[in-house]
Amino acid sequence: MASLTRLRASRRLPQLVRGIQTSADTTQLQETPSDLSQPFTVKLHEDSFRAYQCDKPELDVQVTKDQLLGWYKQMQTMRRMEMAADALYKAKLIRGFCHLAIGQEAVSVGLEAGITPDDRVITAYRCHPFAVLRGGTIKGVIGELLGRQVGMSHGKGGSMHIFTPSFFGGNGIVGAQVPVGAGIAFAQKYMEKETATFALYGDGASNQGQVFEAYNMAKLWNLPCVFVCENNKYGMGTSAERSSSNTEYFTRGDKIPGLQVNGMDIIAAKHAVEYARRWTVDDKKGPLLLEFVTYRYGGHSMSDPGTTYRTREEVQRMRSTQDPIRGLQRYIEEWGLASEQELKQLDKDAKAEVDAAVEEAKASPEPLVKDLWTDIYYKGTAPPYMRGREREEVHHY
Amino acid sequence: MLASRRLTSVPFASLIRRNSTAGSPPPPEGHLPGVANSQLLRLTKEKALRTPGIVWNDDESNAIVNIGRECRKMNVYQAVRDALSIELTKNDNAVVFGEDIAFGGVFRCTMGLSEEFGRERVFNTPLTEQGIAGFAIGMATMGHTAIAEIQFADYIFPAFDQLVNEAAKIRYRSGGQFNVGGLTIRTPTMSVGHGGLYHSQSPEGFFMGAAGLKVCPYYICSTLPTRRLGLIFMEPKILYRSAIEQVPIDDFTLPLGRAETLVAGADLTLLTWGTPIYHCETALHLLADPPPELAPHVPEGVRKAKVELIDLRSILPWDAEAVAESVARTGRLVIVHEAGMTAGVGAEIAAEVQKRCFFAPRGASEAGNGLGHTERIAICLFPLHPAAFNHLLAAHFVSTVGWVLGG
Repeated sequence: MASLTRLRASRRLPQLVRGIQTSADTTQLQETPSDLSQPFTVKLHEDSFRAYQCDKPELDVQVTKDQLLGWYKQMQTMRRMEMAADALYKAKLIRGFCHLAIGQEAVSVGLEAGITPDDRVITAYRCHPFAVLRGGTIKGVIGELLGRQVGMSHGKGGSMHIFTPSFFGGNGIVGAQVPVGAGIAFAQKYMEKETATFALYGDGASNQGQVFEAYNMAKLWNLPCVFVCENNKYGMGTSAERSSSNTEYFTRGDKIPGLQVNGMDIIAAKHAVEYARRWTVDDKKGPLLLEFVTYRYGGHSMSDPGTTYRTREEVQRMRSTQDPIRGLQRYIEEWGLASEQELKQLDKDAKAEVDAAVEEAKASPEPLVKDLWTDIYYKGTAPPYMRGREREEVHHY
Repeated sequence: MLASRRLTSVPFASLIRRNSTAGSPPPPEGHLPGVANSQLLRLTKEKALRTPGIVWNDDESNAIVNIGRECRKMNVYQAVRDALSIELTKNDNAVVFGEDIAFGGVFRCTMGLSEEFGRERVFNTPLTEQGIAGFAIGMATMGHTAIAEIQFADYIFPAFDQLVNEAAKIRYRSGGQFNVGGLTIRTPTMSVGHGGLYHSQSPEGFFMGAAGLKVCPYYICSTLPTRRLGLIFMEPKILYRSAIEQVPIDDFTLPLGRAETLVAGADLTLLTWGTPIYHCETALHLLADPPPELAPHVPEGVRKAKVELIDLRSILPWDAEAVAESVARTGRLVIVHEAGMTAGVGAEIAAEVQKRCFFAPRGASEAGNGLGHTERIAICLFPLHPAAFNHLLAAHFVSTVGWVLGG
């Protein structure tokens, strides 16, 4: 297998196209800001984006100190939450299937930073950070994973089954959420809303037929739908090169233009999302493909150690050189926005927030037996009674 | 009837409380008492070699000889792997593919096969269930043996169109020029106790209406019937590790469409397939020898009932003759399955048995247990979800059986 990998790498060498770079800390400060309360300009690395049938975004980006510190705290909190889920799973308090997004924080936080609360998001099973950022709570997510009443689906769903009014949930069926996203976008257009839908999927899901069916409908009807491919390089245990004839996922939309983005740099991620939103909502140019090149540190799910199809060294290298949180930390320190101490305090705050949420979730009771009869029918349309597992087990509404 | 009235009037609240999962998590393998200690498993070589309907494929003159054959202890995933290995060895046109199977698959059924037989024959596919099914059908129409894995039966629905509209109809549609006899779709099915909505379903009933397919839930170790059959093979995922048996190491096949009577009886026919076999076994023990909390609700006559336990083994075709023969003798039928009841496999079987046995002579129960003759055939469907299998459900089960026996 090692030899195969080498072969493939060498075959790619003669390519003339410059690859995207995925370092998290290549953005440069344009001029030292004199007043930290005012926005200042930074310049993204020139290889932060690759475009297909559209222009690349500008490389100059305006940011503020508060924004950067806020993203740092959010990414750190999301990672802490996923780590807490990992620990609870290993303690057998969380059961079932659970997929963690450790390493991919710049995508979820960057997406949220670039859209409005009225935009809609739908994604696959790696969904916990999106749920929190879209109006959910850490307590609600952890409570759902634990199967407790405080859970966002009242503890009856578990991982993948978490929704908010602007977040249409995780979805366990690979690729199934993408055409659903196109439908949401159609409704937005029909209702003449100035909003867009961001339909997320992974590099693995991008080979499902219904993803292409959704592309076609979105372009045919010019829907405000941004198809967001989170390319973390592995669809379960199969690398992108082994599953996809064309691994440049941003070019797979045929007539839909696409943008490949460094998904490890939060500033690039947020900038790309804003570009996509402008494209679909403000300029009404129809759908756009957005590919974030990112990496997941853990396995596909809790039952996958994540080391059988890639080397430990590879994971270690990604962690040490391309981590989105460390990258942002470097910006903040180098640009003199906050001291190491202040960042440590943010880390502590994130941990404390997650720890408190975990304790609250743990303290919440499990759903009651009578809760099993809820959420079956729309309120007021339930039949007079419903039978349970047994003839004698009848519930009257 | 008396039994049922008394049973149903007693709340099982104390049992519910005792079995609540609050505080302590359910065991990792889910609530499945019985498999480890099941008497139904073939734990000796002699039993394994005498599996009803077994046919040896090595040599036609030798096909029914059991002498000199060896067995090995295997669990279900090892047995599946062994069967795939035999097929890949004997049949140069056999290929195995699916999502992540080159690394062994999520349930290890293909462990080491790609190293042994090469990545040309054992390979990963993209995440594309409809594509996998269509690809396998195309390959099979060329006369190849295509063994495709759909990672979970819950993911088979994107492939439903290909299987129902292409695979099931190709022979007729092509005027007999093509067939998919070499097609096998393997897929893990049924619940594990903590799988949630997308990893627990039992979709066999959806395929039962697709004439042209063969659907087979697989429950204990035996070889894959991959030869010239074209079928959907469903493997109860909770049994992959928990069911361990002696399995013959030679190449053999088991007949499709033939049920197996696991326990003979005369008072009631208990029909099931897949994982619930072991739940039924546990429930029968509880019925015969109820624990103190159940004992007051199980009359002596019901305890002595001789229940015939039948494993249906294949869903389409299903062994209507064997089931009808049994019901004609016992006069009572309880069907237990995991999937939803509405228009499910159980409903189809109940209708067919009613048709076949409507005028059948009533079962004469002369075991001296006081059950007497039934006036009519009593049929009951019992939906069973092992995630909830505990003493409470066992109690419900016992009350159901008691009701049918009493009715």
